[in-house]
Order: sequence, then structure tokens, then C-alpha cells
Amino acid sequence: MSNTSVNPADIYGLARHYRFQWEEAQQCYVLLYPEGMVKLNGGAGEVIKRADGSKTVAEVVQQIEAAFPGVPDLQSDVMAMFELAVEKSWLEKRN
Amino acid sequence: MNQVANNGVAAFQTHTQPLWLLAEVTYRCPLHCAFCYNPTDYDKHTQNELTTEQWLQVLRDARKMGALQLGISGGEPLLRDDIEDLVAEAGQLGYYSNLITSGVGLTEKRIAEFKRGGLDHIQLSMHDITKEINNFITDTNTFALKHKVAAMIKGHGYPMVLNVVIHRYNIGHIKEILEMAEDLGADYVELANTQYYGWSLVNRSQLMPTKEQIDHAEKVTNEFRAKIGKKMQIYFVVPDYFSDRPKKCMNGWGEVFMIVTAEGTVLPCHSARVLPNMTFPDVKEHGLEWAWKDSPAFNKYRGDSWMKEPCRTCPEKEKDLGGCRCQAFLLSGDAESADPVCTLSPNHHIIEKAIEDAKNPQLQSQPIVFRTDKNSKRIIGGELKDRVEEFHALP
Ligand code: SF4
Ligand code: SF4
Repeated sequence: MSNTSVNPADIYGLARHYRFQWEEAQQCYVLLYPEGMVKLNGGAGEVIKRADGSKTVAEVVQQIEAAFPGVPDLQSDVMAMFELAVEKSWLEKRN
Repeated sequence: MNQVANNGVAAFQTHTQPLWLLAEVTYRCPLHCAFCYNPTDYDKHTQNELTTEQWLQVLRDARKMGALQLGISGGEPLLRDDIEDLVAEAGQLGYYSNLITSGVGLTEKRIAEFKRGGLDHIQLSMHDITKEINNFITDTNTFALKHKVAAMIKGHGYPMVLNVVIHRYNIGHIKEILEMAEDLGADYVELANTQYYGWSLVNRSQLMPTKEQIDHAEKVTNEFRAKIGKKMQIYFVVPDYFSDRPKKCMNGWGEVFMIVTAEGTVLPCHSARVLPNMTFPDVKEHGLEWAWKDSPAFNKYRGDSWMKEPCRTCPEKEKDLGGCRCQAFLLSGDAESADPVCTLSPNHHIIEKAIEDAKNPQLQSQPIVFRTDKNSKRIIGGELKDRVEEFHALP
């Protein structure tokens, strides 16, 4: 049950003790943490990669829109990804 | 500390790539835990450990094959003085690495070196809030040391991951154990109900709690979890004897986990050596790649083509893949049968009997056979027959 609400002005960074890296063998981004790991599909990886504690959610949306021109509904996809990542404790709010 | 840390991991079907490498670098251990999963004949495996150079090669090869989580375990891995070298290599290679330890042998000097080398976390085993039970169940005087080590781990900025094996002697203290974990600043706590392999199987009637105790422990855990929120992640590993369906053991045979033992045997799970008519590959002879992809042992129970009824036509077979092969063999003598934990298994009565036996005061009062070199030699030599004869693979 999600009661997290992500705002465009929020700044998120990777949660403490998490590691995010590109895996050549799997051809995907992964999140690694004590007791587990998650493989991220393309879109999720692009979001987490940019959530580096320096940009607001709105800036991440802009960057992704710029990187993938012409893809519809990016804003809502990115917001949904942030919500999921916060709910799962992958990302932490920094502001 | 020999515990599987696969909780919270989504099951990925790779068929071609191992994701987790568990390096059981030694079977020597200063502790003598009554619930140890190590083989009861471990004394045979304490010679001929792989050299540092051989371990480094294992790390490189597994990483090339796709492994990214590394557990350094044992026995007590810190009994080797080259863990620093392994950690540094793992850091270079980009593993997410974990040292699984009882804490014995961890010093300021060593932990600083691990930090420099890039070790990502340390999983410490804790046993109870009382000194008496800690010292009883491990058959050592290690209570104070564990608290000291916990502080050291925290002090070096590591995530604090506590693993607590749950059994009859500490199951009544779950709330207090969780409070202790909170006081120690734990980030993750794994409450691992004892699974019955190796020494814990020999001591099953002495260790197994009742269903009521487990239900209560789970309730207490849920209450604590609700109170503490995200500050501390708590995993409660449900004991399979008390469920209707078996666990999907190791997320599937040869799917994601690869274990290399102290002498270089490559295994798909901790206790696979108990299985009959199987030759597990030796990393020194065949290398990891062949072991994982081509060895008959790794292919034997991949997928579901090996299954018999009731599993073969069971609509749930993809969920649990018929459970644990080792448990099926140890309890029923048939490695290809359904895990007796399953209520659909024709051998399910074995589990029911074990649960009844654990309530039998006469069996309960038998002495615990602690994991010691001496007891291992006795079991290898055919002693302690009355304690091992119902389990098919234990000598
Ligand atoms: S005796 Fe205890 S500490 Fe040593 S390997 Fe077994 S469970 Fe781990
Ligand atoms: S019958 Fe076999 S496959 Fe079906 S649920 Fe039981 S163990 Fe799993």
C-alpha cells in the first residue's frame, strides 16, 4: 500500500547502503543491497541513474524527456517509477 | 556462520548465469552451534582448502559468468588470513560483497582493511539476549564478543545486518531480540527459523519449537515491524516444516546460486553433497564455467523434467519446483520425490512425525550433539547411530 507522494520539487538520492551499477553480463542496471538485489528494466534504470541527490524530480523528468524525444506519457511513467522506488526504500528524500 | 541469505531476493530464471556466489572458504570454526547447516562429516573437508590464488581465480571466473553478489562464509571465514585479499579482489571486480561471520576473529585492523578493500557489508550472527543461551547454543563463551563486534561494524559505517537463527531456546525472546537489534542500530535483521540440515537435523527434536510458538513469534515480529517502520528491515523466514508447501529451494537448482566449498567442490546448494549417485564438479579440475553450464550434477535437477508424481502434473510445480532435493532425500530416501513438507507428498507423514517427536519429552531430553571436530569424527566413524539412522545420507 503506497502512501508516499512524490512532488516535482523533491530531490532523491540512492538509499544508504544501496549500490546501483550497470551489469554487462545481464545487460541491465541492478540495485544491490544487503540481503538482496533487483534487476531494473530499461526505464527504471534511467530514472534511478539520474536520482543522484542533486536533481529535483522535475529535472529528472526533463532530462528523460530530452533523452527520449517523442515517447508519450514520460512524465507520468517517471513519477510512477519514483513512487515505486520510494515505497521500496531504494531512494531516499534528500531535501 | 553458515546461513543462506536469499530472503527478499526476487527469483530470476537465468538458466545461463549465476547471480550469487557463495564462497564457503573453510569448514573450520571456533563455534559449535547446535543448528549448524555444515555437513556432519565436515571434519573430512577441513584439509586441502583452496589457496588464495585459487580463490582469486574463482572470484574472477564467477564474475565473468555474471555473478554479482558474493558471500564469504564458512565455517568461520576469518580463520583464514587471506580474506583481505579476497575482499580487495571482489571490490576490484565489482561484486557486492558480504562477509558472513560469527564475529570471532574480527579486529579493528582487519575491519579497516576490509573497508579499504571495498567489502560492502558484514552479516553477524547473534543468538539471544541472554548470555546463557548464546553460550549454550554455540557451546562457546562468545556473548560479550558479539556485542563488541556489532559496535565495531557500526563504527566503521557498515550496514548492520544481524542474522539470528531461531529455535526452541530463543523463540520466546523475539521481542527482546528485536529490541536489542534496535539498540545496536541494526539496519537489517534476519530471523531465520532453523531449517533442518546437517547438525540441526541431528538435533531436530531438541531444537524445533511448536507451531504455536512460531505463530506467536511471527505475530510479535509483525507488531515490531509496524512500530519501527523502515528504519530496520526485518525478515522472518518461515520454517518450512510448518507450511503446506515446500520452499523453492535456492530459487531453483542451478538457477541463481553457486557455492564453492573450501576444497573447491562446486555445488548448487549447501547440502547437495548428501545426495546419492552424484559427482559434483571440482573447480580445480573443470573450472566454474563447465561446472555451471555443462556438469551433469548442475543439470540433473534443472527445470522440471526430472520430476515424478505428484509433482510432474501438479499445477503448482513452477512455484516451488517440488521443494528441496536434499530434504526429500534425507527424509524419504528418494531424492526425486516431492519434498515431504508438501501436504500432497505421499511422505508428508514424516514431517508430521518429526513435529510430534519434537513434543516428546524423552526425545527432547536427549543431549544436543554440538558441531565439534570430535563429534564429526564420531559420526564419520559410525557412532551416534541412534541419532542419525533415520536420515538417509548421514553416515
Ligand atoms: S558452528 Fe555456528 S558459527 Fe560456525 S559455521 Fe556453524 S553455524 Fe556458523
Ligand atoms: S506436489 Fe510437488 S510441485 Fe506440487 S506443490 Fe507439492 S512439492 Fe510442489
